[in-house]
Amino acid sequence: MLKNEKTPLIRLGLRPNRRSVCLQLSLAPLMALAWPAAGKTSGNAHVTEISDGIFAHHGHVELQTEANRGDISNNGFIVGDEAVAVVDTGGSYQTGLALREAVKQATNKPIKYVINTHMHPDHVLGDAAFLPDNPQFVGHAKLARALGARSARYLEAAREAMGEAAFAGTEIVMPTLEVSEPTELDLGNRKIVLEPQPTAHTDNDLVVRDRKTGTAFLGDLIFSVHVPALDGSIVGWTIVLEKFGTEAPALVVPGHGPVAMQWPEASQPIQRYLGKLASDVRAIIKRGGTIKEAIETAGESERGKWKLFDEFHRRNVTAAFAELEWE
Amino acid sequence: MKLNGMTKQWGVLLFAGLLAIGVSATAGSTAAIAGEDEELWQSIRDDVFQAGKPIVDNSDKLVLDAPYRAEDAAVVPISITIPADVAPHVRKLTLIVEKNPAPVVATFKFGKAAGLGERKISTRIRVDMYSNVRAVAELDDGSLQMQTKFVKAAGGCSAPALKDMDAALANIGKMKIKSFDDKAASSKLTSEAQVMVRHPNYSGMQMNQLTGLYIPAKYVEHIEVKKGDTLVFDMEGGISLSENPNIRFTYSAAVNGPISVVARDTDGKTFSGSVVVSGS
Repeated sequence: MLKNEKTPLIRLGLRPNRRSVCLQLSLAPLMALAWPAAGKTSGNAHVTEISDGIFAHHGHVELQTEANRGDISNNGFIVGDEAVAVVDTGGSYQTGLALREAVKQATNKPIKYVINTHMHPDHVLGDAAFLPDNPQFVGHAKLARALGARSARYLEAAREAMGEAAFAGTEIVMPTLEVSEPTELDLGNRKIVLEPQPTAHTDNDLVVRDRKTGTAFLGDLIFSVHVPALDGSIVGWTIVLEKFGTEAPALVVPGHGPVAMQWPEASQPIQRYLGKLASDVRAIIKRGGTIKEAIETAGESERGKWKLFDEFHRRNVTAAFAELEWE
Repeated sequence: MKLNGMTKQWGVLLFAGLLAIGVSATAGSTAAIAGEDEELWQSIRDDVFQAGKPIVDNSDKLVLDAPYRAEDAAVVPISITIPADVAPHVRKLTLIVEKNPAPVVATFKFGKAAGLGERKISTRIRVDMYSNVRAVAELDDGSLQMQTKFVKAAGGCSAPALKDMDAALANIGKMKIKSFDDKAASSKLTSEAQVMVRHPNYSGMQMNQLTGLYIPAKYVEHIEVKKGDTLVFDMEGGISLSENPNIRFTYSAAVNGPISVVARDTDGKTFSGSVVVSGS
């Protein structure tokens, strides 16, 4: 049972030479989860038990660098009586390896599933670290096509950004289990539901919802602190978030930002951002303005409310304009 | 793990720093990169234009507007403005991205319905690596007038097309023509409109790793725009035009009739549309 597994974890976490496992057993001080204690990420990944049997790792809100080795997105795992499902694996073989070590410290149950919430390299490039476990690699039915069109580029960019040493071992693993409709997986006395989404953040977003605790890994459907990155459809994304609110999960793991948040606090800022971006761009289109004007002005009121704004915002405007001008 | 300890002030400083970089980058944007690129340009210009024919660079006969740093290398907005006193003398306009695998982005030939006022053409292009972008106007006196901008962007030609692959393929060939004709325009010589064509404009450099094959090139190679029966421009395009080709242009407000557009892709498929604009 899960309770039995916690005991050794706490011990491990408290051992002075084991600084990498940080535990948070209570749900109450959620804000405290936002920024787990600092420490090195060599060895195993910092994970926080955000809910009964659900562990999440906080990735840096940064672009990938040699120093962070692609550890720039949140990921985690769900432990059942018989099996473990890993959700996302970070941006390099090494982040995957660190997460795998964290799983091994938390439980001796086998890793049966490695689920990718979408195609982006900061979420999938650690997959190869789990190949020895021979799990099912699970993704949205459109994940394989999306990765197929991008993998060479993703790998090249990751190698360039992180350098050869941090990149070593990184490869793309194609999904072995493709999900095109809501699908239940049984981890042993624990069922999780995979919910493929229509085009939103990307055209292959997959939500992982734990029935037992009502916790949902939303991947990059939720950005917090880190400015959103639009690589799908601004209209679709807005609708998906609205619909999600009608069946709001008890606890949310965003793709970037704090490892655990509650609805609607998790969704309000990104809904505000997407709403502002869409309304500004639509207004410019309506009065016959150009994409260049939009890039320079749309959504500028969001500046200062997000990290990495300059790295992503203008590209988001470009994408939003190219989409909304067809309305 | 600096991030965990990152304070608000630190973040503000970081943003200020990035802003400063942005500002200084913009200040340098008029300068084109010379030197080693000169040889490449010589070979391209001799291929595209009459070999050895002089080209006036930094010409005051046209203005090229391009971002120094492009946000999305596959969708780089470019625009060319030709002042009213020059516009009636322009026969042809060629847009070149020097370091793209197919450097000529598009060639525009203008007709009578291009009008006598200030002429403007805007489109979106792919930039494969940091490169000079050049606009060359051929005037009726035979002279070649050029403006050059350096654009920092990379990977635009091999970037995967279509954020939503299914939606885009389902709508292929769909055309939208927008008129920006406003009331105030009645006093002007030209009005503005935009043509948009849904098309992946496959560059031939985008790979499908599932099959290990490159997706064959397939792109919009010709767009003809008329006002009534009179030509505004016809354009020959290549793989350096962005997916969903998009051209914003000026046309004569004095010529009657609807704006009609016929586009043709490399498979020989044609797409057409027309729109009635006010005053016609």
